[in-house]
Amino acid sequence: MSDTLASHMTGVIPTDSHANKFSVQKLDFFYGDFNALTDITVGIKENAVTAFIGPSGCGKSTFLRCLNRMNDLIPGTRNEGRVLLDGNDVYAPGVDPVDLRRRVGMIFQQPNPFPMSIYDNVAYGPRLHGVRKKAELDEIVEASLKRANVWKEVKDIMGRGGLTLSGGQQQRLCIARVLAVEPEVLLMDEPCSAIDPTSVQKVEDLMAELKDRITIVIVTHNMQQAARVSDYTAFFLQEVAGEPAHLIEYDRTASIFTSPRDRRTEDYITGRFG
Amino acid sequence: MQSRERMNKTTTNRVALGVIWLAAIATVGALGTILLYVIINGIGQLTPAFIFGWPHGVNMEGGIWPTIQATLYVTILAMLITTPVAVLAAVYLAEYAVQGRLVQIIRFAADSLASVPSIVMGLFGLAAFVEGMGMGFSVIAAALALAFLLLPIIMRTTEEAIRAVPKYIRWGSYGLGASKWQTVSRIVLPSATPRIITGVILAAGRAAGETAVVIYTMGTMINAPIFPTQPGRTMPVHLLLLAQEGINLPAAFGTALLLVLMVLAFNLTARYIVSRNRRMLG
Repeated sequence: MSDTLASHMTGVIPTDSHANKFSVQKLDFFYGDFNALTDITVGIKENAVTAFIGPSGCGKSTFLRCLNRMNDLIPGTRNEGRVLLDGNDVYAPGVDPVDLRRRVGMIFQQPNPFPMSIYDNVAYGPRLHGVRKKAELDEIVEASLKRANVWKEVKDIMGRGGLTLSGGQQQRLCIARVLAVEPEVLLMDEPCSAIDPTSVQKVEDLMAELKDRITIVIVTHNMQQAARVSDYTAFFLQEVAGEPAHLIEYDRTASIFTSPRDRRTEDYITGRFG
Repeated sequence: MQSRERMNKTTTNRVALGVIWLAAIATVGALGTILLYVIINGIGQLTPAFIFGWPHGVNMEGGIWPTIQATLYVTILAMLITTPVAVLAAVYLAEYAVQGRLVQIIRFAADSLASVPSIVMGLFGLAAFVEGMGMGFSVIAAALALAFLLLPIIMRTTEEAIRAVPKYIRWGSYGLGASKWQTVSRIVLPSATPRIITGVILAAGRAAGETAVVIYTMGTMINAPIFPTQPGRTMPVHLLLLAQEGINLPAAFGTALLLVLMVLAFNLTARYIVSRNRRMLG
């Protein structure tokens, strides 16, 4: 079932059949004394694409990093409220962020292949988690590169350094690298803002293919992209500099882009600010 | 008015450029002069008999092979002792230690240690290892004293190399569910390796050329050391004695030229390793 705007327009009626993968309740996030996000309550639907949109500095990337505790790596950050993954609080004592990040993979704005061969890049995750047999690794690497839409371009140059690829190929290599550890959720932080248009197309295609099995959350500045790829959209806004950002509106993408309920959402998507 | 201003700018520009050129020429010229001087005076000495032979007479005639062996031995031993300690200390400082006052103090101590005059380090080695621990004049005593000299150098270059690994590459590793140690050992250290090796090799050059430390810890006896407990005379010490006595200046220049070539080879190797890795990665 696809609820993207495009499929909606061609006559598919979106249903609310998706269960919540993430359930976030009254989340507040702090960088030191600065309250960056406040009172975020949202359910992220399973096996669908959710887009976070909003002007720069509105906290959407910060919120994304709360979902796999990537913010733990930034000293002086803390949060209040609850982030439930399949009903279990990811910030509960005893939860190992290392295990969490295996289930909730992440793609960054800047493609970040490791300085090693293409093959080793993809095999890195499985090796971390104990896969040793060559045949098994070969299989995972090939399958992951295929799912990431980059297999054809790299299958004959697997021994070459990952950094020798073009930016767009690097980004798809990074996606393959994440897919190799079979995450349940894929967080993408502006994955297309630093790559060429052909690769953008390929990344968007692969998102559509992946969402049958993986929950995807994408932060994007590009509203056409949000409309094209996402089933649900959340609009974040920091109205006053120095004040925390809020989640203004969250709904099916079709509704957000055709009949937003909040005036501020409408102003943003029609390009009146941001 | 306007044209005069422009002329002023042009003139200033020319003068600045001229000064910069002069400075560049002076630097390259100084290096070139020294190299040329050593080469012209030493090249005639570089025969197989000189390089591979033993000294005779009052150790001022003949070859210098034992001093080459002693130099390589103490340098390699010092590097083997220092490198693991320095690299692990740097990993701790850069990745694990809570950044704060204590780390600042450690860094300051390392920088101070690096600026201790080497003759003082030699004296310390003499008191601590040769006399105190009863090692006598020996390769191991010299290697330990050199380790104190090299530790801060390698530690600081390694720390810089680790810090230069981009944050987003680490994040990629953490994002795949890697632990801290997995990220450090499989991503950060390999990425930093070319720069670490450069630091280590440059430090090796420093060790090979060190005179003050080794003369107090290894002695001046002509010997081709096999065991680390044996004494020996390194090339810089041999050079010092040859030149000081003024008995055999040509042999001094021959030794000097070989030493320069050795250190130059270290530096070129470091450059080669870095450029080869850059090609492989980029």
